[in-house]
Amino acid sequence: MQLLHLFVNGEEHAVAAPGQRTLLEALRYDLMLTGSKQGCDKGDCGACTVLVRPRGDSGFRGEPILACITLAADAQDLEITTIEGLAGPLGLDPIQRAFADCGALQCGFCQPGMMLSARALLDKCDKPTLPQIQEALSGNLCRCTGYTKIYEAVEVAAGLRTPSSRAPVQSERAAASDSKAQTVTEIVP
Amino acid sequence: MMTLPPLEVLRPGSVAEAVEALRAHPGARVLAGGTDLVPNLKYGMYDTRHLVALRGLSKELRYVREEGGLRLGALCTIDQLAENDLLKARTPALAEACGQIAGPQLRRMGTLGGNLCLDTRCVYINQSYFWRSALGFCLKKDGTLCHVVAGGKRCVAAASNDTAPALLALDAGVRLVSPRGERVVPLREFYLPDGLHNTVLQPDELLVEVRIPPAAFGKKQAFMKLRTRAAIDFPALNLAVALETEGAVVKSISLAVGALAARPVLIKGIDDLVGRPADARFAEELGRRAQKQCRPLTNISVDPDWRRDLLPVLVRRLVLRALA
Ligand SMILES: Cc1cc2nc3c(=O)[nH]c(=O)nc-3n(C[C@H](O)[C@H](O)[C@H](O)COP(=O)(O)OP(=O)(O)OC[C@H]3O[C@@H](n4cnc5c(N)ncnc54)[C@H](O)[C@@H]3O)c2cc1C
Ligand code: SF4
Ligand code: FES
Ligand code: FES
Repeated sequence: MQLLHLFVNGEEHAVAAPGQRTLLEALRYDLMLTGSKQGCDKGDCGACTVLVRPRGDSGFRGEPILACITLAADAQDLEITTIEGLAGPLGLDPIQRAFADCGALQCGFCQPGMMLSARALLDKCDKPTLPQIQEALSGNLCRCTGYTKIYEAVEVAAGLRTPSSRAPVQSERAAASDSKAQTVTEIVP
Repeated sequence: MMTLPPLEVLRPGSVAEAVEALRAHPGARVLAGGTDLVPNLKYGMYDTRHLVALRGLSKELRYVREEGGLRLGALCTIDQLAENDLLKARTPALAEACGQIAGPQLRRMGTLGGNLCLDTRCVYINQSYFWRSALGFCLKKDGTLCHVVAGGKRCVAAASNDTAPALLALDAGVRLVSPRGERVVPLREFYLPDGLHNTVLQPDELLVEVRIPPAAFGKKQAFMKLRTRAAIDFPALNLAVALETEGAVVKSISLAVGALAARPVLIKGIDDLVGRPADARFAEELGRRAQKQCRPLTNISVDPDWRRDLLPVLVRRLVLRALA
């Protein structure tokens, strides 16, 4: 065990942890910041993405890295931003609002990482092209959305477009379930 | 959840302190970006108890300098090199290779030194301990046989680093420092054909710098990579070429191919192609020669027959791109 000093979302935390503690484990299980997700836990999927910059650097929140393959002991000189630190005093970050407005999520597991990668892109480049967005998010896997709405959300957050209108789905009214139930004949094995 | 074995992280502040820490803790491993080391530790591939973290050396070893040729500090990140204007102008093959490594987060974490010292990879080794124990362990760790080459006595896990073929084609060298002093090794003598440990690096030695000779600058060069997805995936084949031409005639050729067995190969026996017109026929002939010397294996999950068939095609495209 050793005492680690981690700087997360603008606050310093002291954590007693063994040398093999990953940054993701320290965030989730020592600091209870469970927004960063543990997906593959080996560097493939991007669910654990956090933003880091060297301590003392000012300006943007930094570069996206993978917390599951970063050792907490080796992250002590960094300032870390997790999804919990993305919203500011004025409320949700424009990225968060756009993801909600565009319906850019389903199960939501990839979202914390996705939104932080998107934030890092917009911090560097405020009017990205679609290929730039695709490239910036290419280290974040999503198994649900098919990515289209996610790219749209980043464009919306950048002020490049408005959310595509989501007219309510028009469909035939389904028959009341009990009307069907009445017609079901008993199945005799 | 993939847990790490018990570890102590040492955090030296200089190259001298780092090599001293390696000497003082036999079996210790260097931790640069950790993007290769940490997953492999999670797979139970190493019995190490100590990691020597290089982050404290970032200021010392994160430079790109033009001094005769190019000098690149080992802790330059892959992303930094992919975006570097000097590299794009002088050694585009290296900049292209860096741009195609892994994904955006990994390129920000991963370093040049870590890429050159990347452990060899194999579908039968980069797996959890449980997975490996179910199949039966192999030569590379805990076992006595090879699942790729039946009866094989030597591990042929694949050299999978993308900067290696680029730097080989550019005839680069590496500067290594140990408690005994330092040495400069040409990259073509750096790699060994042994998947267990595929470099000449000693356990207490640190790779501190990559040197690219000025002769590389004038060469027509390109890098190409075959992989399943356009991001994240390791290479199923990677190739780099550097050509000198005089008028329309080829003056020198350097072609390197990786993701085969334990070391990236420089294609040999092509000197008789010097003096030929630098055209499509030359590109095809070079592809045929390369194919004869490259044998893709089942150490990578992408079909070896397909990779073999594709090799001359990729060489032809690569050469035409370099000449364009
Ligand atoms: C999902 C995924 C995809 C990837 N895809 C690719 C890819 O497409 N192409 C590719 O080339 N790589 C790929 N990588 C591997 C890796 O991200 C890069 O190769 C990276 O550049 C490695 O650098 P690092 O600093 O993280 O190395 P580390 O993991 O820190 O180190 C790698 C090895 O080198 C040793 N080492 C590191 N630095 C030094 C030094 N200065 N001196 C001596 N020894 C040293 C370490 O002890 C370790 O054995 C991928 C990794 C992951 C997880
Ligand atoms: S090449 Fe053979 S010995 Fe080496 S890792 Fe693969 S299966 Fe194991
Ligand atoms: S959890 Fe998948 S990359 Fe970290
Ligand atoms: S919303 Fe489910 S993985 Fe992306």
